[in-house]
Amino acid sequence: MSNFQYLSASALDEAAAKVKGAQDGALLAGGMTLLPSIKLGLSDPSDVVDLSGIGDLAGISADGGAVTIGAMTRHADVAGSSDVPGYLAALAGGIGDPQVRNRGTIGGSVANNDPAADYPAACLALGATINTDQGSYSADDFFTGLFETALGDGEIVTSVSFPAADKAAYQKFTSPASRYALVGVFVASGSDGVRVAVTGCGQGGVYRESGLEEALDGDFSAGALDGKTVSSDNLLSDIHAAADYRAHLIVEMAKRAVAACG
Amino acid sequence: MPDGNNTGIGASVLRKEDRRFITGKGNYTDDINRPGQTYAHFVRSEVAHATLNGVDTSAAESADGVVAVFTGADLAAAEVGGLPCGWALTFQNGDPMVEPGHPILAQGKVRHVGDPIAVVIAETKKQAKSAAALIKTDLQQLPAVVDMTQAVEGGELVHEEAANNICYDWAIGDKGEVDKIFEGADHVTSIDIVNNRLIPNAMEPRVAIGDFDDSSGDYTLYTTTQNPHVIRLLMGAFVLQIPEHKLRVVAPDVGGGFGSKIFHYAEEALVTWASAQVNRPVKWTADRSEAFMSDAHGRDHVTKASLALDKDGKFLGLKEETLANMGGYLSTFAPAIPTYMHSVLMAGVYTTPVIYSNIIAVFTNTVPVDAYRGAGRPEATYILERLVDRAAREMGIDQIEIRKKNFIPTDAFPYQTPVALAYDSGDYFATLDTAVKNADVKGFDKRKKASAKDGKLRGIGFSTYVEACGAAPSAVAGALGARAGLYECANVRVHPTGSVTVYTGSHSHGQGHETAFAQLVSEKLGVHTDAVDIVHGDTEKIPFGMGTYGSRSLAVGGTAIDKAMDKIIDKATKIVSHILEAGEGDIEFKDGAFTVAGTDKSMAFGEVALAAYVPHNYPLEELEPGLEETAFYDPTNFTYPGGCHVCEVEVDPTTGVTEVVSFTAADDPGIVVNPMIVEGQVHGGIAQGIGQALLEGCAYDENGQLLTGSYMDYTMPRADNLPSYQVSTESTECTHNSLGVKGCGEVGAIGSPPAVINAIVDALSELGVTDVPMPATSQAVWRAIQAAK
Repeated sequence: MSNFQYLSASALDEAAAKVKGAQDGALLAGGMTLLPSIKLGLSDPSDVVDLSGIGDLAGISADGGAVTIGAMTRHADVAGSSDVPGYLAALAGGIGDPQVRNRGTIGGSVANNDPAADYPAACLALGATINTDQGSYSADDFFTGLFETALGDGEIVTSVSFPAADKAAYQKFTSPASRYALVGVFVASGSDGVRVAVTGCGQGGVYRESGLEEALDGDFSAGALDGKTVSSDNLLSDIHAAADYRAHLIVEMAKRAVAACG
Repeated sequence: MPDGNNTGIGASVLRKEDRRFITGKGNYTDDINRPGQTYAHFVRSEVAHATLNGVDTSAAESADGVVAVFTGADLAAAEVGGLPCGWALTFQNGDPMVEPGHPILAQGKVRHVGDPIAVVIAETKKQAKSAAALIKTDLQQLPAVVDMTQAVEGGELVHEEAANNICYDWAIGDKGEVDKIFEGADHVTSIDIVNNRLIPNAMEPRVAIGDFDDSSGDYTLYTTTQNPHVIRLLMGAFVLQIPEHKLRVVAPDVGGGFGSKIFHYAEEALVTWASAQVNRPVKWTADRSEAFMSDAHGRDHVTKASLALDKDGKFLGLKEETLANMGGYLSTFAPAIPTYMHSVLMAGVYTTPVIYSNIIAVFTNTVPVDAYRGAGRPEATYILERLVDRAAREMGIDQIEIRKKNFIPTDAFPYQTPVALAYDSGDYFATLDTAVKNADVKGFDKRKKASAKDGKLRGIGFSTYVEACGAAPSAVAGALGARAGLYECANVRVHPTGSVTVYTGSHSHGQGHETAFAQLVSEKLGVHTDAVDIVHGDTEKIPFGMGTYGSRSLAVGGTAIDKAMDKIIDKATKIVSHILEAGEGDIEFKDGAFTVAGTDKSMAFGEVALAAYVPHNYPLEELEPGLEETAFYDPTNFTYPGGCHVCEVEVDPTTGVTEVVSFTAADDPGIVVNPMIVEGQVHGGIAQGIGQALLEGCAYDENGQLLTGSYMDYTMPRADNLPSYQVSTESTECTHNSLGVKGCGEVGAIGSPPAVINAIVDALSELGVTDVPMPATSQAVWRAIQAAK
């Protein structure tokens, strides 16, 4: 682990100034990805700017069925919140392990955009808005590739707003070793129709599976997916799941997610 | 819990060592720090196979805090030896195995990812690591040979002297005879098996501290080993030429070994040698990534095997051809594992009259492979029990019936197998019947129907096994190529007030020796275990020792303690005879007291001890004062635990996910000293067996890169992967050691994998599946289902 400068901030503009002023700055939210990366030598920032001192970045506010979750809100707080729809609370409660859930944040998760992270699937399927200190992005525009987002240099995620869905659920098939999503499918049915987001699989990170969306649009039932297949062309392959097995699991997890919507 | 005063054999005495472990008072090697200590960091090869043209250490040498930098060239110039191999095998024609050099730091070539090339010694750990990053290696990459079949069929040579990468081509049995039997058999069942490579993953990574005292010329090595005297012998005599009296090896608390800490490793020799070069202590602590790429791996066999049967399902003959991976170099006991720990077990629990086993040991550009919990015997059991399961399915014979039909009859012991071993005792019917009853095999069909309602396929699998442990008669081992003896040593020191310290060569690294060995003393000398201390793990304290592996501690080390106690009682009897003025033959020792038969004259054990140290009334002309005895015990045979494991699984056919829903074990570990410890040992072994069957698998890519180099990719079994086990014992006594004990450390890992895989095959049989590989990951099971469609 290399040395870095630890910087704290008590306001957003202070944090933004500090990270932009650094030679190679990194923002520290929960640190559940950044710190292991530094320890393993995969990341070597000159300065780490801690966002935990910015009080108004954490918290949950509900408005009808819609909910806005502050960027520094820990997974455990989302999982335990009665203001959050059950499908989001369940997703948050299934991230990592208790230690990770008590440190990791939604802002860190979406900004990092790990291809196996859970929150990006929820954002994409629910049509969330990612708010930053510079403006806001629709989820469709925000997640741009493996560990890539639309965020500019030093831009800080402040909250994520989820519109209400009529029905939604997430089903995750975990890697036996890391327990990250090998395949995670979030289905949501709302006023804009059906959206199916897949995490853990795409060579470009989280994506929408349009074939399954079409199949479910007229008939939101698990049975509507019987016999459906998805292409394995752009899916990841690793020792735990080759692309064809992932493709099979996407349909299976989609079925289970639809069934879980009740 | 037993009566608190009964701490003898058979009592579940709570483990004496656990107080310090669970309160953080354990003293592990990394807890040891020596004054003036420096830190070593190794530069390891990042490629699997390359010519090493040179190492530029200049930048590292001038980096902050660097004390010294050494490469293979420095060790060669200092005439430091290579790591020795402790077991010599031969080719079928009698030629010796190919035994290439194993330098401590690579010389001329690197042969696996993780092969150490250089070491930096610095004031701090961080400085050592930073400086190591400045070392430039000139490596000319060579094609890597990873797959064993390719290795023996003209693959790039790992060692120039090993043609076709073959270390040895060895066999036991008469191939002509077995072929003849197969020609005339009514039925032949064949199977292709891969026994997956495992990475041991002891909770504590390896650590070594070398400490040279230039005033005395004494070396001390603190190290995470299962056998400090063996390390002293191997390193002192073969690598560094340090005589025993100048070399002390200390293995304090060790956090798990599972075999991987038997072997003598390069880092131990390096820090010991370097501590004299820099005249300061040198400490090295492996990080987890280093452990993955430098601890000896386990298993890794590719096997073709066949079983010949008559029309009634009686076994007529068995043959096996196995490629056994040695990795890039020969680890300490590697050659013996697939042969004398494996082939000689191919009779299993059955009366198969003719057996042929051919083992070809292969060098590849992978981490060396050596003993890992069970060591050769899990591979034998896996072949046998998969074959028996398949034969029963092919011939329409019940799984229990085919086993009972072929079991060695209980009245046939001692039983001479056709593959060298002679089993002294066992009752395979008893363990099978107990397991079948406890597993409620009769209720399986009902449970299968219930599972089907949930969309799950339920299967049941059986495994009946025997193992050879308690290694070994030294004369036999020597005749088979061992370069060491395999006895054990114990020193029993009775203190003046009657408390006892036992110095044992059997190292404890999780086995609970401090409790179980104390129970032996409690039983025999009639003292409470609280009055007994067990000391192990220091060559300066223990007279000698061959260490802990192969479930030998109780059978060999325990028997040595028992023999030393016999000598104590003999001497004490003489003392009592003198004091009580009675003939030795009239004195009985029972429940901690010496009594003159037929009288009320007696002396408590503690009184005799006091008399031995305060010899006012003492036969000084015949007997020395004191009460301390040493015994060496060399067994006359292996011991043969056996048993039956029954596994039930539920498979989700849509995802391939397998859940072990029940696991029942009935084992014969011989006389049980501490039932709680035996149960714990069996639990741990089964966890590792289920890990091998379902989860664990070391993977390399075709370039020899380790794909499973961390817990992100290597799947360790976790609590939620495992059911609550139902374990029990059905003991028969070992007939050739004084305690009647056999062993229990490895039975779980030996018996369980085929029970799990047979259960999955059973679950999927209705889909036409006849085989699934280990580890039976969800993907592997899903593929087996797809292939059968």
